[in-house]
Amino acid sequence: MPGPKDPFVLAGKEYHSRLIVGTGKYKDFAETRQAIEASGAEIVTVAVRRVNITDPNQENLLDYIDPKHYTILPNTAGCYNAADAVRTCRLAREAGVGTMVKLEVIGDDKTLFPDIPGTLEAAKTLVDEGFIVLPYIHDDPISCQKLEDMGCAAVMPLAAPIGSGLGIRNPYNIRIILEHSSVPVIVDAGVGTASDAAVALEMGCDAVLMNTAIAAAKDPILMADAMRQGVEAGRKAYLAGRMGKKLYATASSPLDGMIA
Amino acid sequence: MTVRLNGDVRECREGITIAALVEELGLGNKRIAVEVNRDIIPRDEYASCALKADDEVEIVHFVGGGC
Repeated sequence: MPGPKDPFVLAGKEYHSRLIVGTGKYKDFAETRQAIEASGAEIVTVAVRRVNITDPNQENLLDYIDPKHYTILPNTAGCYNAADAVRTCRLAREAGVGTMVKLEVIGDDKTLFPDIPGTLEAAKTLVDEGFIVLPYIHDDPISCQKLEDMGCAAVMPLAAPIGSGLGIRNPYNIRIILEHSSVPVIVDAGVGTASDAAVALEMGCDAVLMNTAIAAAKDPILMADAMRQGVEAGRKAYLAGRMGKKLYATASSPLDGMIA
Repeated sequence: MTVRLNGDVRECREGITIAALVEELGLGNKRIAVEVNRDIIPRDEYASCALKADDEVEIVHFVGGGC
């Protein structure tokens, strides 16, 4: 396959797709696979959990999502402190899907907002241990700058709380983050529908990461396709450069040659 | 002897290795990671790592998840 014309470059690797999708909340693994295929995503997030010892013959997610075809991005969802997040990442690396991790250190279970000191602490340890760290963080330019400075491969500010579907609640902060970042900016969490994804890309975000917006749609496969198109449309609009906004009308038909 | 496996007490034969335990559980060819008493055991040490009574063993894998 030829290289992408407008590649999304993450940690030195080129991707065609600017949509990263999660694998949670689907009806079954078959639906998960179909949704991922429809989304066009090349990077998919997974969680690290205990094997069910009482039924070890249960089907495994990676029987459906082939790590040869997808970049598997383990997350630290559910970790409420830096030590647990680091432990989870070390286990994920040992399980053999590479060194790139989606770091989440959660502050509380009601908002699922990131714990900033915990995220910074875990990011430092993981970067020092050679992980490629993609941190989930507030839409806070200062935290994003600190994470970039310590060597994270991208920053992933939230659009809105995880699973809320509210869209980008603070586009002005995202704009500031975009102005100051020299690593990819990936909007992570809170996207609700295709237009939200398009807005993120139109603003100049490098990619968008989502799970619930697809999995909780009435038709997840159709929504996955809509998200793919939303992301592509948003990226093209960004590259095309939108017209300026004006308060008053400007006619788009010529004024010359009018009959009256 | 008993060990604690993924939080539950499990009866094992004396000196069972991680390799034997993983095989017994049908996980030999799966993408998993193993911790014993909070230390990660690399796959090439499964055969030489023998468990002791009361060891705390965690075996994890990947499941669906997003954020």
